[in-house]
Amino acid sequence: MSDDRSRIFAAIREALQPLQSAGKASPYPDYEVGQLTSLPRLGAEESWQAFARNLAAVNGHAYEKIEECAAFLQEHGVTEGYCDPELIDRLREGLGSAFTLHPEFDRASLERYSFGITKASGIIVESGTIILKDRGTSNRLGALAPWVHVAVLTEEAPIFSTMSEALAELGDDPNVIWVTGPSKTADVEGILIEGVHGPGQQLCLHLS
Amino acid sequence: MKHQEIDTFSEVLAADVKEAVRAGSASGVSKRREILAADFPDANAIRELAGQIKQHTLEHLDTYLEQAEQKMRANGIQVHFAWDGNSAKEQILEIIQQRKARTICKSKSMASEEIELNDFLTEKGYDMVETDLGEFILQLDEDHPSHVVKPIIHKNRRQIAKTFEKHGLGEYNDEPEVITQRARKHLRQKYLQGEVTMTGGNFISAESGRMVIVTNEGNSRFGLAGAKCHIALIGIEKLVPTDRDLGVMLNLLGRSATGQQLTVYTEFISGPRSESQPEGPEEMHVILFNNNRTEVLASDCREILRCIRCGACMNVCPVYRQSSGHAYRSVYPGPLGAVLSPLLAGKAGYPELADLPKASSLCGACQEVCPVNIPIPDLLLRLRNKAKTEHADKAAIGTPDMTLWSELATHPKVWRTAMKSANLLNGLPYDMMPIAPLRAWTRQRTLPKWQGGKFRNWMKEHQKERNHER
Ligand code: SF4
Repeated sequence: MSDDRSRIFAAIREALQPLQSAGKASPYPDYEVGQLTSLPRLGAEESWQAFARNLAAVNGHAYEKIEECAAFLQEHGVTEGYCDPELIDRLREGLGSAFTLHPEFDRASLERYSFGITKASGIIVESGTIILKDRGTSNRLGALAPWVHVAVLTEEAPIFSTMSEALAELGDDPNVIWVTGPSKTADVEGILIEGVHGPGQQLCLHLS
Repeated sequence: MKHQEIDTFSEVLAADVKEAVRAGSASGVSKRREILAADFPDANAIRELAGQIKQHTLEHLDTYLEQAEQKMRANGIQVHFAWDGNSAKEQILEIIQQRKARTICKSKSMASEEIELNDFLTEKGYDMVETDLGEFILQLDEDHPSHVVKPIIHKNRRQIAKTFEKHGLGEYNDEPEVITQRARKHLRQKYLQGEVTMTGGNFISAESGRMVIVTNEGNSRFGLAGAKCHIALIGIEKLVPTDRDLGVMLNLLGRSATGQQLTVYTEFISGPRSESQPEGPEEMHVILFNNNRTEVLASDCREILRCIRCGACMNVCPVYRQSSGHAYRSVYPGPLGAVLSPLLAGKAGYPELADLPKASSLCGACQEVCPVNIPIPDLLLRLRNKAKTEHADKAAIGTPDMTLWSELATHPKVWRTAMKSANLLNGLPYDMMPIAPLRAWTRQRTLPKWQGGKFRNWMKEHQKERNHER
């Protein structure tokens, strides 16, 4: 309500007037983003290796070969899932004939999809984070509802060393989500359980 | 002597609840400390920086709020302002009616607890669904959160299993894994039915108009994938100036709250879904709400508005651990609540909560862990002073009468005599102490032997010696 708006602004100005007119309002601090980076996490390895280590630390898995990814899926008994149509041709051969890939996500049969494969719009090394942008993710539900999510990092997707770098490149996508490991909770007696609403297994496959 | 309400609550609190709260909060303390020490050579400097950024933002809130509003509108968000809880509720209702929604999936939001949104919409006949596992359980139990991050810290798995059984969510089973899977199955159907999804918001960057929501479970994301309309209810203090500042806050929030480097899902939202995206909201509303925050801003306790709701101060607080969150009789418990709740209650509600600032030993642990370095002990003292000057009766309960003391302390001669003659108290049984507050104090404590006058004698001798030396 426009009424509420003007009331709120008037009240804020009134509250701050004594501070601001006395020139006592706190200044914006000067700082470097370097201090926000965890150097031990960044490590000294190649960036993909460091990313894989950090993803593993939050119980995720990083793969460089489609076959390894396929083996993981089979081991976990997940063979039918959703796949971003733009990725199907590249993945079909490596995955082999054991998998059924649906290029459409049908809300009505949510439980049919035991995995979802969508593109990653980038990764962050320092935190083992997978970046999903709305324009790069073919279907929000496809990347979230199935038990296993495979985020595919293609050649053109950026690899950011630090969170600060990734923040500076959020761009104009209306929705950017950083995914750091599988969905989890510790609400019941502090016990860690994975796979609450989102995936119980989070994978990242690097195509190169 | 009468006791403060919080003491009484703590005395009768069930032993298993006490133990659950103690264990839950203690584990949070060690995880936080370990991760900060492992990751940063000087975590304190980051905490102080975060505090400065938030303080600066608050003290220029008029500018930043206007900037954020303009940015959000330019990004395609419908921005609303709500002076108080009623206004917020009416505006939310209006949007829901326009969307012809029946089911509303809600992500954990302390702001909505503050205005009791669930009760309001449920009474109007809507199917309000809490989707955070803890909040979902609370909703089934018609209970309230007792911690800002771990809402069911006061419950154990057996209670939860019984609740699920009672509500037809399967036979009794108290395995956390089973409980979680049952909730997963039940709630995903709701996400798909929910036409509207409601969230809070952790931060808004004024520079870009981006809001940030963090969850570990992915519930807000599922809401934002299932529904066609998103309503975010956010307090006007949740701003930071730039996207870069979000990095400072996010680096501290996960670590302070749950000992994680980053919360699993950190979502940056600057508008409805993109044109290429088949799922997610086509309409987005942000309701910026006040609910007495401007009064806090005008007070000498405005620092409390820096709070990023991490819960670290309650984890570390000896009073919280002994008494649990519900003892604070308000939405925000612990040291945070002891400051914020009486202030947010406004003029009418204040006297009822005026005792909360006394629920602290002023040990200072809360400030040491606070990611935005809020001087909570100082604020508690300021509020105790406010209670005194405004004659808030609740705050005075259990406070010993200090008239005798102030008489003594302002009359040197009387003081001297009293000090010496009080030596007679030695040997007197405690329950025969002639001074009521002393009697009460010694109920659970022992007094050292009275040595009145000794210091004065020593001082006299000492001065003599020194004069002699010169
Ligand atoms: S007052 Fe500080 S420590 Fe307590 S919840 Fe708020 S930010 Fe966290």
